[in-house]
Amino acid sequence: MSAFGAALKRELLVLWRSPAEMINPLFFFVMVISLFPLAISPKPEVLAVIAPGVLWVAALLAVMLSLDGLFRRDQESGVLELLLTAPVMAVVPVTAKLLAHWLLTGLPLVLVSPVLAHMLQLPNAVLGTVMLSLLLGTPALTIIGAIGAALTVGLNRGGILLAVLVLPLYIPVLIFGAGVIRAAAEGGAVNGILAILGALLALTASLGPLAVSAGLKISSGN
Amino acid sequence: MSDADTRLTLEQLHCERDDRVLFRGLSLTARAGEIWQITGANGAGKTTLLRILVGLHGFYDGGRHWWQPDWQRELLYLGHQPGVREELSPLENLDYACALNAQGGDAMAGLKAVGLQGFEDVPAAHLSAGQKRRIALARLWLAPKAIWVLDEPYTAIDQDGVAQLDARIQQAAEAGTLVIYTSHHQVGEGVRRLHLAKGRAEVLS
Repeated sequence: MSAFGAALKRELLVLWRSPAEMINPLFFFVMVISLFPLAISPKPEVLAVIAPGVLWVAALLAVMLSLDGLFRRDQESGVLELLLTAPVMAVVPVTAKLLAHWLLTGLPLVLVSPVLAHMLQLPNAVLGTVMLSLLLGTPALTIIGAIGAALTVGLNRGGILLAVLVLPLYIPVLIFGAGVIRAAAEGGAVNGILAILGALLALTASLGPLAVSAGLKISSGN
Repeated sequence: MSDADTRLTLEQLHCERDDRVLFRGLSLTARAGEIWQITGANGAGKTTLLRILVGLHGFYDGGRHWWQPDWQRELLYLGHQPGVREELSPLENLDYACALNAQGGDAMAGLKAVGLQGFEDVPAAHLSAGQKRRIALARLWLAPKAIWVLDEPYTAIDQDGVAQLDARIQQAAEAGTLVIYTSHHQVGEGVRRLHLAKGRAEVLS
């Protein structure tokens, strides 16, 4: 088996066997969003205004929370050293890890989002756009966050530092992600904004894994 | 100094950590088939030296030259932690390590050699510290590599395991592998010893 295939299989297995890490982000996403109608107002006209922002802020925080432990267990158990001394470029296992992480924590958010969007009184015609925006946006959030996670893996309590490092970088994705849902709800054109989200994903997916590998090397003492 | 058997050359290696000199002026040539034992008190810099050798630690002065540019292909490095994830079984852990390191060989035979037969599908969380270490050590019984760098390989290993590991290291050295390890335990006769103490590194044979 190729190194990438073996690494992907391994990462999926590790996540699959620690269900809490898989379910927590999804649970957080669902809970936070269901609190808003209770706390602000269940009126459709109020909810429709805040819905795009609520969906995206909740998705962003859910992804970020899931990333704190992305490399920590591997570092504590010595797997990270194995990965960095291997003849295979670190980018290969790192990409496998990011892909597996997104498949098991990011993709569930995308799949459950139409239900939550419906709950927030968004019109049915917009649900497709909600899913598409999250489908393009959450992998970008995972990759950007992983750069922060790689840089803070050597620190004891990197959680807050991770947020400080990563949240500013999340802003473009947040603006265009929430923006495209709002545009769709108002009946405007969405293709242009989706294209920008796609471009952000292409940029992060192509350069992100390199930055993550570099971050891990720095954290290990290089 | 340099000949076909030379695997590793260190020139005036100097490393400081937290304003404390771990070692200075460390020069040596290590050849194929040699066994190097690195000793020193706790905190003397043994692990740091090994991490410099394998390229994990970049803050040092001086030269560290492996004999060929793609030396990482021929490296078998076992770090301070065994590199075993508790969610995975010994077989899955070993498969992953081998895939990353392009190391061939029969993983089941490796696990059998370290006495983990029957445990290959048990999650590593249910194994003892010694058994976890043995998962990592199983790689020593797979396809040969030209350099072994082992950080405290004897940690948590029982007496029989120690004797078996001694024999394996000697056997590999006879077959031309350069073995560098840290431990207070001496593998056998003819081991070269590098002692780190108070910022000095001495070669004792």
